[in-house]
Amino acid sequence: MANALVTGGRVSLGLAGALLALAVQAGGSPFVTPGSQAAKERSCVEATDFMRRNHMEVIKHQRDATVHGGIRSTKHSLAGCIDCHVARDAQGQVLPVNDEQQFCGACHDFAAVRLNCFDCHATVPAPAPGKAAGSAGQALGGASPGSSLPPGHPQPAAR
Amino acid sequence: MKNPSDMKNSSAVIDEGRRGFMRTAAGVATVTLAPGVLLHTLAHAGSPGQGGGVPRAEPVTDAVRYGMLIDTTRCAEGCTACVSACNRENGLDLQEMPTGADPALWDRQESRWIRKVKVQDNLTGHVSNLPLMCQHCEHPPCVDVCPTGASFKRADGIVMVDRHLCIGCRYCMMACPYKARSFIHANVEEKLTLAPRGKGCVESCNLCVHRRDHGQPSTACADACAAEGHHAILFGDLKDPASPLSQALAKLPSRQLRENLALNTGVRYSGV
Ligand code: SF4
Ligand code: SF4
Repeated sequence: MANALVTGGRVSLGLAGALLALAVQAGGSPFVTPGSQAAKERSCVEATDFMRRNHMEVIKHQRDATVHGGIRSTKHSLAGCIDCHVARDAQGQVLPVNDEQQFCGACHDFAAVRLNCFDCHATVPAPAPGKAAGSAGQALGGASPGSSLPPGHPQPAAR
Repeated sequence: MKNPSDMKNSSAVIDEGRRGFMRTAAGVATVTLAPGVLLHTLAHAGSPGQGGGVPRAEPVTDAVRYGMLIDTTRCAEGCTACVSACNRENGLDLQEMPTGADPALWDRQESRWIRKVKVQDNLTGHVSNLPLMCQHCEHPPCVDVCPTGASFKRADGIVMVDRHLCIGCRYCMMACPYKARSFIHANVEEKLTLAPRGKGCVESCNLCVHRRDHGQPSTACADACAAEGHHAILFGDLKDPASPLSQALAKLPSRQLRENLALNTGVRYSGV
């Protein structure tokens, strides 16, 4: 038992080391995409080392609370991850967070994690209410005209 | 359904941690836990993409049951304002026909949360126009048949699909007597933050659940219909006797579509 624990500890240390190495390689900042809101923060919504290992559990817990209980106020939210972790290119265009060099994409790509959050979930933050049409302040999350469309993405129909 | 509170160890840890945090109405709060450990909280109230309004903090309860009354005598022939508003609200209009697809097939398969339907009484010749969407049945056949628990009824009466669980088997589409559900056949490149949707899942009207969870008063379709001056759609709480919906239901004769199925629908129609 004690042996198993020690081994487990070594494994996660090894993983964290690998992630750290990757992040240093990919950009100047050790953990986050340069220029993102996250780069200005001292830590994520939970301690960084906790998030590095458990972000998937955090999001999974939250998804049930949100879909079934309608709870949308907590700091654990995928939309929150995206708001904070997206970077912009030189033209100020938001880069989809799952792109290979971006926050979600870079690490999942490196670790060979295949996940499908972004089959359904928007990859860029929704623009501020009022920028998009719609009485509820509904906002585009996938892409939006003139603001956050990454190059190469098709323009959505005029809204 | 797995209760979200029955989470295993790792999540219990999360809950513990959550109690330690002060919630703020807006902006960024920084909490010092231990020397050198700083956590920040981006509060979501009024933040971009959250739809405005105050986000819900407590789980929904059955103290309310959401529903609608549709006055078909006010619903105008040829008007599709509710349909377009729904498509815009939920990002359905962001999906385009895949290149090379058969237009007739696309027309049949494209997601539709509201259909504009015209019904005629063949004996009298009387014609009614009505928007038809998920009826938010109290006893929903779609939920009965779903093998995964993806189709579910929220405590507040909203019937919806948990897309994390849906395997796309489409039993629910077959079971629904109102043709209320659509299957997403192609990749969805563009989607809204508030209305995640993607290939391989079934979807249907969720009574603008993101608006419900931000304390907003109405649905996109009801707003659009009112903006056109028709006021054919009234949204509200069926359990609150003082709600405009309950009062209108008490006054106007209304019925359930396919009432013989005894589903106790949350959407009622008058003038049919
Ligand atoms: S109308 Fe159809 S989709 Fe909606 S709750 Fe009833 S059976 Fe389910
Ligand atoms: S398509 Fe999805 S929601 Fe419908 S019955 Fe199958 S698993 Fe359930």
